Amino acid sequence: MSRFTRHWAPVVTGVTLALVSPAQAGAQSKYPGVGRPATPAEIRAWDIDVRPDFKGLPAGSGSVEKGQGIWEAKCASCHGVFGESNEVFTPLIGGTNAADIKAGRVKSLTSPDTARTTMMKLSSVSTLWDYVNRAMPWNAPKSLSTEEVYSVVAYMLNLADIVPADFVLSNGNIGDVQKRLPNRDGMARDHGLWEIRGKPDVANIACMKDCPTEARIASTLPEYARDTHGDLALQNRTVGAGSAVAPAPVKAAPAVATVRADPAELAKRKGCLACHGVDRKIVGPAFREVAVRYKGRPEAAAQLVQKVKKGSSGAWGPIPMPPHPDLGEEDAATLVRWALGII
Amino acid sequence: MRSVPRLRRAPENFLRPGQIAEVQAGRRDFLRGALAAAATLSPALSRGEPSESGDPAILQLPEHSKGLGQPVAANPYGLPSKHEKNLQRRESPGLTRVGGSSVSFTPLQGLFGIVTPNGLHFERHHQGWWDIDPHQHRLMVMGMVREAKVYTMDDLMRLPATSRMHFIECGANTGMEWGNVAVPTVQYTHGMLSCCEFTGVLLSTLLDDCGFDRKAGKFVLAEGADGSGMTRTIPMDRALDDVMVAWAMNGEMLRPENGYPLRLVAPGIQGVSWVKWLRRIEVGDQPFGTKDETLHYVDLMPDGRLRQYTSIQECKSVITTPSGGQHLLDRGFHNVTGLAWSGRGRVKRVDVSFDGGRNWRMAKLENPVLPKCLTRFNVGWVWDGAPAVLQSRAIDETGYVQPKINQLRAVRGTRSIYHNNAIQSWRVSDSGEVANVQVY
Repeated sequence: MSRFTRHWAPVVTGVTLALVSPAQAGAQSKYPGVGRPATPAEIRAWDIDVRPDFKGLPAGSGSVEKGQGIWEAKCASCHGVFGESNEVFTPLIGGTNAADIKAGRVKSLTSPDTARTTMMKLSSVSTLWDYVNRAMPWNAPKSLSTEEVYSVVAYMLNLADIVPADFVLSNGNIGDVQKRLPNRDGMARDHGLWEIRGKPDVANIACMKDCPTEARIASTLPEYARDTHGDLALQNRTVGAGSAVAPAPVKAAPAVATVRADPAELAKRKGCLACHGVDRKIVGPAFREVAVRYKGRPEAAAQLVQKVKKGSSGAWGPIPMPPHPDLGEEDAATLVRWALGII
Repeated sequence: MRSVPRLRRAPENFLRPGQIAEVQAGRRDFLRGALAAAATLSPALSRGEPSESGDPAILQLPEHSKGLGQPVAANPYGLPSKHEKNLQRRESPGLTRVGGSSVSFTPLQGLFGIVTPNGLHFERHHQGWWDIDPHQHRLMVMGMVREAKVYTMDDLMRLPATSRMHFIECGANTGMEWGNVAVPTVQYTHGMLSCCEFTGVLLSTLLDDCGFDRKAGKFVLAEGADGSGMTRTIPMDRALDDVMVAWAMNGEMLRPENGYPLRLVAPGIQGVSWVKWLRRIEVGDQPFGTKDETLHYVDLMPDGRLRQYTSIQECKSVITTPSGGQHLLDRGFHNVTGLAWSGRGRVKRVDVSFDGGRNWRMAKLENPVLPKCLTRFNVGWVWDGAPAVLQSRAIDETGYVQPKINQLRAVRGTRSIYHNNAIQSWRVSDSGEVANVQVY
């Protein structure tokens, strides 16, 4: 929340009330009649950012214990029960230890073999709070209460052994947590890529003749990568720069980034494929497994549409399916019909 | 009359290596047989096949010369020719696992000049895209200002407008190539790059209109209205320099995938800062440390430190034709063409090498040459049929010379993901195949 905005906004307190009325604002502006003052309620509704110095952090608290429940209901389906999953997004937890917490630098960031987790990189705990609050869960951003955000952040900090299992995170103690973040001193700003006149860190020279080179091919496309991008001929214009021969199609080109109405595309667009593979269990069952289970039970379709929309748990293991309130009835039915038809 | 294809597009072709060798040795007559064979698969090919008396495309009048064409407004919003459908935005398979948080690449290999057609502008979304009702969209400017204000689109479009051409490049463009060659074509090596004429109002106009704190207001936060609530910090001197709040690209409103109805345009700065579906600008006295400047878009250095707030896209260039996946079938003259750009200003010069960086020639820069904008370069080349390695090297108005990949690695290692502006090498083999390689 912006201290300054509150201070300067026209309607807040007696101290500042005299400053500007909307009419006066218009008179002062070079562009009279354009725009209007924001109301305090509007500013409160949108001013959600939390800065590394905790400006903007709402008062409140949340426990690791409560966080675990929210995590398993709303977060684990994508991030794994322990934040370790690499199936949908890169892992959140892992790669940090007690020595890092002491040092304020994460040693494993120097290891070429270690995948980078969120907790390895995190230098400001405000960032975690801010992002969970503004963007999570993936399919229902900005739906968590302040207490839920504190709780989920507390749970993640506990998974990374930064706070104990009985910890209650609050605006009062979050500053102490900051002092235990494993990578709190891991950021560098002494580079030339931010300031307009920043100094470049790498310099080449514009040699024109008989320039020194290693004169060898240092790297080529690895064999395994040669076919990953499909038929390259189908990704070029068939005329021009001389003129070209249209090749016979050999392999399908990679998916063109367009929105199509077919159910497979719908499943992708609506994020279903984040948790369900067609043939492969990800965090939820494969669509084919669902089709096999409900084979010969046409009445199951309507029931499944409701499960998709309202969420469900227990049918396929401990990880619940989250509700999808924004998915329309028609889309849900299309997806269920498609999934049931996969076998 | 030219019947011999000069630039073949990919290794998957009906010509066998032996036949290619024959063409290159000057024996073109076999092509008639090859074309005839192909024509049985594809009738379209037979149209260009010459006979003794001449080209049937000339001798046999086509339908479009003998019939009535389509009326006006048959396509109320025009579409590219059906023959152009190969040029599409595409994803790089395996790069991401969720379409809502992914990227599609611009097909630079088929574009001309410097303007990216709106339908081919690259995409990067962090939590899916929306087509927002412009009547419901609002921009709030607040924080360290005399008066926090709300603007509707109607308000914004009444303000003094400006139109400027700028490139936008994702900070992770060419990021897959830090360690080794990883992808085959310029679409995937460099296609998180586009260039448009943007129209909007300067951010400085809005900041002035709200009476921002000139003394203590050192940073600006830009925030999107999408689910991710994308947020990035812009230093105030940059915000006042040339940053725009834009509603139009290339003469029409922004495309939904590109932020309709309002986005930030931050010239010279990586694409993630060009916040789409822009809803809020906050003036502050400290940087905001958001997710995409703390956990992502941070450049990992060999000592384990993460460079934070790396923003500027340094001077870079790439040859787009001939490029990876294409194929030179004929010796002789070829126009070599490509793009150069710098986040620090104008491109001053582009040099091209045909021998892997040993010797260089200056290319011709096409007008316009604008600051923080793509610049098209061309240079003629006579291919003698021998293997060659093509490179381009751009120099910007600050005197900065685009580096080689080994020079970048010596300072930044191979794991920084972002800001790889290395010289790109394309190898032309003696068969004419063009492939992505690294040579330095």
